[in-house]
Amino acid sequence: MMRQVKHALFPVALVLFAALGPFVLEPYDLVNLSAFSAMAIAALGLAFVWGTLGILNLGHSVFFGLGAYAYAIAVSNLGDSTLAVLIGIAMPVAFSLVLGYFLFFSRLGDVYLGVITLCVTLIFYSFMTSTADPSFHIGPVPLGGFNGITAVPSLNMPGDPQAFLSTEATFSICLLSLAGAYILLSFLRSSDAGRIMTAIRESELRSELLGYDIRFYKLVGFAVSAAIAGLGGALYTAVMGYVSPNVFDLPQASQFVLWVIAGGLGAFVGPVVASFGFQLLSSQLGANQVFNTELIFGATIILFVMLVPQGLQPMLLGLSSLKFPNRFGILRRKEKPA
Amino acid sequence: MSGPPILATRGLVKRFGGVAAVDGVDLVVNAGEIRCLIGPNGAGKSTLFKCLTHQHQPTSGHVLFEGRDLQGLATHRIARLGIAIKNQIPSIYANLDVRENIRLAGLRRGLEKRQLDRVVELTLDEIGFNERLASQPAATLSHAHRQWCELGMLLASSPRIALLDEPTAGMTREEMLKTVDIIKRLNASATVIVVEHDLEFIARLAQRVTVLHRGKVLVEDTMDKIEANEIVRDIYLGRKKEATHAER
Repeated sequence: MMRQVKHALFPVALVLFAALGPFVLEPYDLVNLSAFSAMAIAALGLAFVWGTLGILNLGHSVFFGLGAYAYAIAVSNLGDSTLAVLIGIAMPVAFSLVLGYFLFFSRLGDVYLGVITLCVTLIFYSFMTSTADPSFHIGPVPLGGFNGITAVPSLNMPGDPQAFLSTEATFSICLLSLAGAYILLSFLRSSDAGRIMTAIRESELRSELLGYDIRFYKLVGFAVSAAIAGLGGALYTAVMGYVSPNVFDLPQASQFVLWVIAGGLGAFVGPVVASFGFQLLSSQLGANQVFNTELIFGATIILFVMLVPQGLQPMLLGLSSLKFPNRFGILRRKEKPA
Repeated sequence: MSGPPILATRGLVKRFGGVAAVDGVDLVVNAGEIRCLIGPNGAGKSTLFKCLTHQHQPTSGHVLFEGRDLQGLATHRIARLGIAIKNQIPSIYANLDVRENIRLAGLRRGLEKRQLDRVVELTLDEIGFNERLASQPAATLSHAHRQWCELGMLLASSPRIALLDEPTAGMTREEMLKTVDIIKRLNASATVIVVEHDLEFIARLAQRVTVLHRGKVLVEDTMDKIEANEIVRDIYLGRKKEATHAER
């Protein structure tokens, strides 16, 4: 019971923020926070696939970027944003199933898998940057090369393309989507399927010998993470109004990884908090131009890995469990089995 | 008993490069048996087990489970048929607690939640784990308790055949005796094939013993007769009588 209350705390806080934020914050902050939430949603996808299933996907940005582009192209063609968001989810899922099929059924090791997924996102990056020629277009929408697709319509009322949602409503939707993604992934993780996924992370051999088809579970988990990332990408594009090949690039790919490491591998709340924190930091640093943003990020991640290798959330829970012993098997990191 | 034996191999061969670790094994095990496999190091016992579960793909030959050829089946499909294995190297979920370990083993049977909970508690009881042990991460268990945890996982998965590769290695005599009890419980519903070196353990459990040597079945008999067998004594003691049985 206590545990359920504790689990509900975070989504309740998000929902409250979604409801109250528009009354207290400036539109500029609302737009920023909407974009942060979209990014945080995508980070949750990686937190799940890496933290629960143990798949180190260094190219998580490929799903985020595909969702972003799919939304931009779909909404510009269709006009209605609701279907476009769904397409923004479906596209990365379809791609993840194809990619995952080759990755998991060929039984690649962890490191190779990470390298290949990273290469895949960089391939998308270089392809998208080379689409400046007007002959690259889908419907009336040019892909735009380096500039990407601009003037992407924002979210509108379902079924009424002319009724664009206000900044406040978009903010609420982004935060509610984040809460929804969190709840969905939390339920999935504590379901039987999620426990099997955790088991696969712990020992692939044992899981196979118990009769679980690890390739299948990995493929499903991969597709779920792609769906979540696609949702994040679609919302991000809707908030920002444009998409460029940068959604596929190396800084983007590494940011997701950074947030999950900083927040705590195996945790969900931590990565979300970390993603907000780092994005806030980045926008502040970007605004004052005194420090080099990348330098600060690099230093921060090194400090994290050296001082808090388990990440923020497990560290904080660890501190509290000194007084209240609790067992979060899922938050314990891998030890080498003897 | 009529019908095909529960497990049979026909001319099973596994080569690693030029070395035949398993070199044409014909083994027949009947339902309900406890069969011991013995043999000196490198005889091919563990490799044979891994071939039965397709952790290694056999180079040639067949594995028949109740007359059905297992050829081409993935490891998890073989497990689903009811062939469970404890490898020589313990394989448990080190960071999950013991109860979750057992539960994950039972989960695959598709039981109702309440039934599954009952199976888990019953299994914990059968391997003699109290509440404190059951809620401990498996990594913190002692060596013997890890082995029992893994045997518990096999129990909870309710297999037709349990393959046990050195379940008592590194155990004290008392621990070995407890392991014998657990294996007897396993045998109540499953055929057991066990690789062991401990003679007392074998004497307490096995009806028939198969001796492997250099990837081949050397003899198969009751323990008494095996113990009296000159050739078996020779290969275990490493006497230089290679010439005599190399011709066999």
